[in-house]
Amino acid sequence: MSRIDHVARWPLFASSFVALVLGLVPLPGWLDLLRPDFLALVVFYWAMHQPRAGRLWFAWTAGLALDAFRGVVLGEFALAMTILGAIAIYLHLRIRAYPIWHQAAVVFGALFLYHFTIWIVEGWSGHPVTGPASWLPVITGALVWPFVSGILDKLHHRF
Amino acid sequence: MAAFQTPINRPILSRGPISLGGFLFFVGLSIVVMWLDQGGRYLTPVRRGLSIAEYGVELTVASPFYAWRSLSEYFATRGRLLRENEELHAHQRQTDLMLQRFDALEQENQRLRLLRTNTERITQKFLVGEIMSVDLDPYRHRVRINKGSSDGVEKDWAILDAAGVVGQITRVGVFSSEAILITDAEHAIPVQVNRNGLRTIAVGTGNIGQLSLPYLASNSDIHEGDLLVTSGLGGVFPAGYPVATVSKIDRAVAQTLVSIIATPAAALDRDREVLLMVASNIPLESLDAAPATPAAGPSRP
Repeated sequence: MSRIDHVARWPLFASSFVALVLGLVPLPGWLDLLRPDFLALVVFYWAMHQPRAGRLWFAWTAGLALDAFRGVVLGEFALAMTILGAIAIYLHLRIRAYPIWHQAAVVFGALFLYHFTIWIVEGWSGHPVTGPASWLPVITGALVWPFVSGILDKLHHRF
Repeated sequence: MAAFQTPINRPILSRGPISLGGFLFFVGLSIVVMWLDQGGRYLTPVRRGLSIAEYGVELTVASPFYAWRSLSEYFATRGRLLRENEELHAHQRQTDLMLQRFDALEQENQRLRLLRTNTERITQKFLVGEIMSVDLDPYRHRVRINKGSSDGVEKDWAILDAAGVVGQITRVGVFSSEAILITDAEHAIPVQVNRNGLRTIAVGTGNIGQLSLPYLASNSDIHEGDLLVTSGLGGVFPAGYPVATVSKIDRAVAQTLVSIIATPAAALDRDREVLLMVASNIPLESLDAAPATPAAGPSRP
């Protein structure tokens, strides 16, 4: 095994906690609609940079935490996160080699699938949330990816 | 960058360390969990456990807001406090006056109910709670309230503020509980027009300032400015509390139903302190004491 299996785990947990909190902080109405899925971005980052350390478990658990907070049916965000994490792990070597805006495009695609999964599950569980604005976080998520990735890089390489 | 950490013994464009089996396992696990949780059937204990952890995180999120509030209260100017005190005194006098009448009215109500051999009491037990400063979901009108099963809260309790009905409890955690506001698109509340007792259902629109009344015939006796109060049907909301005032009526000639928009009475997006209340079970017959029947009479062409 390579040394990436022996990195400190706490940056991962700390950044996920911060992302979870950022997802809950009250924001004014229009900003709330634009709020990116920080936790999804963080899961994507760690799945892509440390793909071996049980990242699917981590993605699934993070999704389950989101389910609990959002008050939706348990397993909804867990499923979406699993798919997002699997994409990041499957493509991790390729994505790492991409320039940052190319990465953002991949993140856009992954976030689209993530929201598509949520959309499907909400329709199935009888709580459809309508409105094209619910897809806005896909765009804003891709736009903030360079910054999120930059900050997490700092955290990742210092420890 | 991170690419340097890739082990050398693997091809550059490998498929990555993901096994199809692992992926399918987690997808399957999610689906099983969803199936078990759908309709709140089997995972209530799990939810309970999760709610304790949630409460911790949510306190972390809300604590800066609490701290800011207590700081600004601490440094509140003397003038503002005096003014506030004055206002509260005035308000108190007013409510005292009204309460004097209330006692008499309650007595009278009790007597009348006894006359009808119906001894149901109208007093309710209630609890003061606070809405936590947490955003749950921008598309759903759900809030978190800082009272849970450890305080005696149960599912389906009604939530009210000083001006009217706010919503109801949908899920109870140990220290906090989740509530749905009356404006949520998935919420409906049985109401009646205070003026004539006309009963209908007010449905949330997903817009914080609007309720809609989709089930009234176009010749119903309802006007703009009418106050809608809870009818007590359904057993969740206690009867007689203000819900909304009718703000817009659109009677299209060709339609059999009239589209009505009402403005909620409660300050749904500004509330902090709320009352949690159990509806005492008022039997259906007692509601017919209200002059609810005239609505059917004149509406016939």
